[in-house]
Amino acid sequence: MKARVTVTLKTGVLDPQGKAIEGALGSLGVAGVDSVRQGKLFDVELATDDPAEAEATLKAMCEKLLANTVIESYRYDISG
Amino acid sequence: MNAAVIVFPGSNRERDVAAALARASGKAPAFVWHTETELPAGTDLVVLPGGFSYGDYLRCGAIAARSPAMDAVRAHAARGGLVLGICNGFQILVESGLLPGILTRNADLRFVCRQQHLKVERADTAFTRAYQPGQVIEVCIAHGEGNYFADPETVARLEGDGRVAFRYCDADGVVGGRANPNGSVNDIAGVYSEQRNVLGLMPHPENLIDAAIGGTDGAPLFAGLAQAA
Repeated sequence: MKARVTVTLKTGVLDPQGKAIEGALGSLGVAGVDSVRQGKLFDVELATDDPAEAEATLKAMCEKLLANTVIESYRYDISG
Repeated sequence: MNAAVIVFPGSNRERDVAAALARASGKAPAFVWHTETELPAGTDLVVLPGGFSYGDYLRCGAIAARSPAMDAVRAHAARGGLVLGICNGFQILVESGLLPGILTRNADLRFVCRQQHLKVERADTAFTRAYQPGQVIEVCIAHGEGNYFADPETVARLEGDGRVAFRYCDADGVVGGRANPNGSVNDIAGVYSEQRNVLGLMPHPENLIDAAIGGTDGAPLFAGLAQAA
């Protein structure tokens, strides 16, 4: 199965990189941007075909390594 | 004192800290490769050195924190053994759960490399016993991700329990403001574990142990450890 994991900063956590990107968009003349938050995206291929097992594996990998839950939250989408 | 320095792929300050330890204690530390599952018998102090373990991939210290040697370091800390993490070593300690919080990108996004004054918050720990409480010392910093962050409850707990080890200050000991190089909450430069046997700090005391290369204000940290262990 394939899955996509998205890790983003929690609300309220300062994101200086997102702020810098936001500033750069402004200086490029891209109008209408209220704010930018930078995150990470992981495409994962799993050896199982069982959705429950895939979900357990994804949750474990997010909690153990992919996200630092002090400042980050995560979500995953299984695409079959 | 029997010290062990854990070496990860990308560590680069292990020889500096080994020199500081040898000078303070008269005994060279053991180097332990990150794939080892045990520390040398009789290890008193474990040091996680500075550098860029695993190229800072994913998050600084994140992958090193999950290496086999860190299980041995966790067991050592749980027994009350001393653990010192400097710079990338501090990042590894927070990623491994041995210390709370996290070190994020410097607030101004710049890698900062300069001399830096610190205030020693307390002098009754194994790490700071050779300093005076409130003493201002000059060491150096070199990091891009030293912005200490924790949720407000955690910060309040650290403050309330006296677990802040060092704060960024100026030459006169005035904490914070422009003296804070990275945006760290409460100007925190280093924190202790609950039992104060684990210390993580961003600055590099190991590089200030010789008057010929910038000063000796880092030396008492290692002298204190040599006395304590």
